Amino acid sequence: MTLAPFVILLVAAIVGYVINVQSAQALRSGGAKLHSLSSFHGLHSFLLVIVPVLTIVLLWIALRGAVIDGLMMASLPEGVLEGLGAGEIQLIGSEIRSIAGGRVFGTPEDWKLEAADRLLAYQAASRWLLVVVVVVLSAALVYFARSTVAAEFRARQRVEYITSGLMIFCATVAIFTTVGIVAALTYETWKFFQMVPVTEFLFGTSWEPQIPIREDQIAAEGAFGAVPVFLGTIVIASVALLVAVPVGLLTAIYLNEFAPRAVRKSVKPVLEILAGVPTVVYGFFAILTVAPALRAWGASLGLDVASNTALAAGGVMGIMLIPFISSFADDALSAVPRSLRDGALALGATRGEMMLNVLFPAAIPGIVGGVLLAVSRAIGETMIVVMAAGLIARMTINPLDSVTAVTVQIVTLLIGDTAFDSPKTLAAFALGMMLFLATLAINVVALRIVRKYREIYD
Amino acid sequence: MTDLTTDNAGPGPRNLTTEAVKNSLGRRNRKQLYLQGLGIAAITFALTMLFILIWSLVSTGHHAFTQTHVTLDVYVDPEEISEENLPRGGFSEVLLASMAQQFPDIDVSDRAEARKLSSILSDGAQFQLRDRVVSDPSLIGQTVSLTVPLSDPYDQLNKNLVRRDTPENRRRVDDAAIARFDQLADRGMISTPLNFTLLTAADSRFPELAGLRGALVGSFWALLTCFLISFPLGIGAAVYLEEFAPKSRVSDFIEININNLAAVPSVVFGLLALAVFIGWFGMPRSAPFVGGLTLALMTMPTIIIATRAALKAVPPSIREAALGVGASKHQVVFQHVLPLAMPGILTGTIIGLAQALGETAPLLLIGMNAFITSAPSGPFDSATALPTQIFIWADSPERGFVSRTSAAILVLLGFLIFMNAIAIFLRSKFERKW
Repeated sequence: MTLAPFVILLVAAIVGYVINVQSAQALRSGGAKLHSLSSFHGLHSFLLVIVPVLTIVLLWIALRGAVIDGLMMASLPEGVLEGLGAGEIQLIGSEIRSIAGGRVFGTPEDWKLEAADRLLAYQAASRWLLVVVVVVLSAALVYFARSTVAAEFRARQRVEYITSGLMIFCATVAIFTTVGIVAALTYETWKFFQMVPVTEFLFGTSWEPQIPIREDQIAAEGAFGAVPVFLGTIVIASVALLVAVPVGLLTAIYLNEFAPRAVRKSVKPVLEILAGVPTVVYGFFAILTVAPALRAWGASLGLDVASNTALAAGGVMGIMLIPFISSFADDALSAVPRSLRDGALALGATRGEMMLNVLFPAAIPGIVGGVLLAVSRAIGETMIVVMAAGLIARMTINPLDSVTAVTVQIVTLLIGDTAFDSPKTLAAFALGMMLFLATLAINVVALRIVRKYREIYD
Repeated sequence: MTDLTTDNAGPGPRNLTTEAVKNSLGRRNRKQLYLQGLGIAAITFALTMLFILIWSLVSTGHHAFTQTHVTLDVYVDPEEISEENLPRGGFSEVLLASMAQQFPDIDVSDRAEARKLSSILSDGAQFQLRDRVVSDPSLIGQTVSLTVPLSDPYDQLNKNLVRRDTPENRRRVDDAAIARFDQLADRGMISTPLNFTLLTAADSRFPELAGLRGALVGSFWALLTCFLISFPLGIGAAVYLEEFAPKSRVSDFIEININNLAAVPSVVFGLLALAVFIGWFGMPRSAPFVGGLTLALMTMPTIIIATRAALKAVPPSIREAALGVGASKHQVVFQHVLPLAMPGILTGTIIGLAQALGETAPLLLIGMNAFITSAPSGPFDSATALPTQIFIWADSPERGFVSRTSAAILVLLGFLIFMNAIAIFLRSKFERKW
């Protein structure tokens, strides 16, 4: 039934295509000189039918849930929703929906059963109405498209006009996505800052969002101070970079200058595997192998290593970032003009000196750009820290300790939570906003550095 | 270089320079050797880590590809199970009775003892028996030979994952349980066949019954949605930007936008999906369709970038030839350039989809980590995906889930390797050098 409108639409569009092609060919065999090829007349009909009707069908499907729910809630007998909070009303709505879906728990009141029946009736009506709308509109558009077929009709131009429009729409989806991200984050963050002051969030040093707070205590001191969370992210990202930057750079230097061709050709793709492994796998690797190993190593040195130490999460993240940094540094080193390399060697520098004193400094801007992109990856990385880092926010920079991170808090605050009006949920969006702004700033700077540097040598 | 300096050795300041160079050369060469050594050490480190990663997954995961079963003769007692009451009936009692036959010294009327005995079998054993009797009610009153999975602790014991020499209070099966298991093993009733449950069953609280079917189907719907949305949108956007867009502020802005989107953390896309798709549009939670929609937004920049590179690689002579014989700009692009760029576009798309398949964080935020014991029947049903299933199992406390998590990861990596292999194949088979 959900597929029916799409099938009808597709059939109608194909029928329109065939009709138009045939009538255009009939015109041609009647001796007329057509402006456009007959297939363009067909395509014109096809696009004319499919674009508007598909838009309507998709909008209908996207919005019908909300509209039907609204109608159903509005049809409830007067008085039953009086004095209830938004959360309770939501709960009643989902109870009625689950009754309509055939999952009845306990004995619901009669008005709920009636509402569920009405809901089912609305849904059936919406389905039929959609089919009727699709049939009528498609038929009308096929008829209209047929009426345009004429010798002098510029079907090709019309088709190209429509496809250009479609392509521009595709290109703007990227903008819509960005706008959507910014709008969603801004709106929810703004709601959050209505409940918790901005200064509290940015400078508070106590983060305890999981503790249930009464309505009048929401802005209680310190409950939503995000500083320890930011600090945790910084600690983990630093550990990751301490692993990834030296290893990545040394790898790039060796592969770029010293490695035999065969080694370079075989090592590079193998290293790329590290970048292709999903992060959830790294997370499991951290808790399965790395964290226990670090704990055992710490115990043998007499150190107290927490079971979800920042070292494990950060170290594994660093491994993930190695190929990222090494390929960036490799590209940057390769982009340095050959003349600099040859000049240094001609002056009698060893290849090592040439690399360290000439090539590497010349490639620094590109390398910095790559490292900055790695930083933005490290602070935005989610699954490794969700699985391997801690949940409790502590004001510590000791990497042996368990620390939490921004992304960990976002995920744990939002898992299994639907209410959009509690500060706990909204706090996740505020953290997401911070994350988005930080990564955006780093990315913009990094991309600018990389681009500028490319221009210098190109 | 050394030859050069000795040839030129002579009196005067030149000699001093060569001497200084000669003296320092050893040190300088050593420095270079250090640099090379560090480079090799770095590569070795990275490769070792990769090896440890794979080895630890394989060494824990391979256990989950087999499952310990026990073959029992079960008398389907008509007093417990009658044809009228099917599918209800005392299936667990029947199983317990047949277990009691194996251990005559255990008093089944004592409930604690009975529980110990029935805990040897998996919780799913009674359902297996039920399904068999329901499909063939004539079995009632007869003795059937039934091969059912053992419960997780005994499975671990059979796979030697429980060390028998650890003190009794520190392992999950006590000595009596080990004795019972050994008794069964001695009678040749224990077998360890391939664990097809891992692929054919949906999620379960019990490791021995848990499988990836729900996750695989969920991932399939999510990826299909992702492909159907991101592929046309991505190609449309790329073709427009590469072939038609005038060099203007707007197209520059779009380009910067796409580059930035490619670097936005995935969890932010999850927040977008949660707030907009679920919060504002009221789409269902945990649905693969919403997951696919989110993944599509993330995959689109990858596809756009790959498509633009592929379009750029088509030589201008093709365009000029087509224009020369009277094709319009649109005809040139859609009938000549785009088909020639298709292999490159498909390669990029497959790589983008492989990334999407492994993406976890946004799916967690839209609730695709729910505990669902049946495979979804469509893209709007609640479901998990392969990576979120891995996350759920990694969080489960039961020991048996450790090996199953590794096994699930191996399945996921298998799919990724397969997709990348297709991409490499496409590239090598169809890539043309002009």
